[in-house]
Amino acid sequence: MAEAKKSDKSAVITEQVMLRYDYALGEVAGRFMAGLKDGKILATHCSKSGLTYLPPRSYCERSFEKCDGWVEAGLEGVIETSTIVVRGFEGKRKPPVAIAFVRLDGTDSAIGNYVDGLDLSDYEAAMKKIAPGKRVRVQFADAREGRITDFSFVCIE
Amino acid sequence: MNETVAVLGTFQTEFKTHHPEHTFAEQAQLAAVGALQDAGMTPDDIDAIVFSLAPTYFMGVADADRWSIDYIFGAGKPMLRVHTGGATGGSAVQAGYNLVRSGLYRSVLIVGAERIAETPDAQNVLNLIFDVFYERDMPLSTNTTVGLWATRYLDRYGLTQEDMARVVVRARRNALKNPHAHLKGNVTVEDVMASRMISYPLKLFDICPRSSGSAAMIVGNMAMAKRFRSRPAFINGVASRTTTYWIGDRMTPSTDADFIDFDLAEAAARECYRIAGITDPLKQIQVTEFYDPYSIMTPVQLERLGFCASGMALRLERDGYWNVEDGAVAVNPSGGTLCTNPIAVTGLVRAIDAADQVMGKAGAMQVSNVRNALSSAVGGIAQFFNCTVFGAEPRSH
Repeated sequence: MAEAKKSDKSAVITEQVMLRYDYALGEVAGRFMAGLKDGKILATHCSKSGLTYLPPRSYCERSFEKCDGWVEAGLEGVIETSTIVVRGFEGKRKPPVAIAFVRLDGTDSAIGNYVDGLDLSDYEAAMKKIAPGKRVRVQFADAREGRITDFSFVCIE
Repeated sequence: MNETVAVLGTFQTEFKTHHPEHTFAEQAQLAAVGALQDAGMTPDDIDAIVFSLAPTYFMGVADADRWSIDYIFGAGKPMLRVHTGGATGGSAVQAGYNLVRSGLYRSVLIVGAERIAETPDAQNVLNLIFDVFYERDMPLSTNTTVGLWATRYLDRYGLTQEDMARVVVRARRNALKNPHAHLKGNVTVEDVMASRMISYPLKLFDICPRSSGSAAMIVGNMAMAKRFRSRPAFINGVASRTTTYWIGDRMTPSTDADFIDFDLAEAAARECYRIAGITDPLKQIQVTEFYDPYSIMTPVQLERLGFCASGMALRLERDGYWNVEDGAVAVNPSGGTLCTNPIAVTGLVRAIDAADQVMGKAGAMQVSNVRNALSSAVGGIAQFFNCTVFGAEPRSH
């Protein structure tokens, strides 16, 4: 193979690909999203494994049985982990934003969402408030559309 | 009868942000030709091809393995594409291994190329791997999810950002001897700490670059090894594991696959070591080539793959345990994935860098007296893991 010649980086064909999707929620996610409109966080429970899943699952991956119950998750929980996203990307909230995975009371798995009400001018100080183990509560948006962004977390102080 | 599998030839290009002088398919061809020349083989000596190709959104041509078929001398041969996200290259090597080991083919060309930087929207592409209903409205990407990982890991073991930074310092220093590496140089802990925050606690220098380039490896049975390579590396152990899509399931007290401590890797390593006859990794393995696109991923693999206890890797890093020259094991003499990340072929490059050490052809990166070298690859959000042990002698298994 010949040695590559010095190339002109402007020699490109530019294209913008725009694709549209309508993602069908299905019964389980559909019920969860309907619950958000009612101000409830709904999880599924498997009586065989005893585990309560949030996000809700139709099937328990541990017992290989269908989840057989719906339960309302607590509206408070514990942060499993968190980060402050300083460099974000288009189509999401403008950075910096804090996000956390939270195990809501009564559930066995963590669900992620934004953490609101934090002063993000000092990342170190903000991270201390949302460190693993800290407790948060669910805060619902006033106008809800049946989407995960209908709620966020706020610190309990 | 299981066939012994040997590495007969390897090749990788220089990795950098753009390769404007070639198309994707031409890059793949460079690698195929390079590996054939390294092995002294012609396309007729290759029985089958495994194409290493991760998400094609980065380069914007769907399923570009098709584009490459004739460029890599694939027309008329069996060919399959492997895709396990970031673990792709490692999975491709293991697929090639399986095809030879089963006796189906005498030799397999494992080849791929990557051009992540063809789009400026790589983080948006990576956001598409998350759950559309519950996760995608957040700015989740590999950067931000590994930020979540690092927060909990540092918290769990009482470690600091400076501890993570030392991994970067060693990696970039090692990469100075790697002619293929994308990022390299003498940087300090202070330089890493001063680089801009991306997703707390990860700063720019804790994160791999977006690299373009290509790589190929040829594997073959013992008869082919005798014909084409005086000093091959033998693939003496392979294993892989996968786990649930739900990262929130992998960090709570009830988890059976802890994400933070990377339990997945331990399960695979145990099987890989059993097959390869590795009972004491620190004594028997001289070189590791971990898939570590983030500084936090080096210590978790050292811990899970048996080189030290949980929470100890970054403490030992302070004392130089993982240095090439005077460490207990040479960790990523190439600089690893922190310095070079062409996603589709990164796992393949890890395997090549490990095999080259055993074959004595690692150039300026060569570590002396390498009997066993280990490579790994990680895909999804730590959802796929595979590892491979290359040995100087074949081990019947």
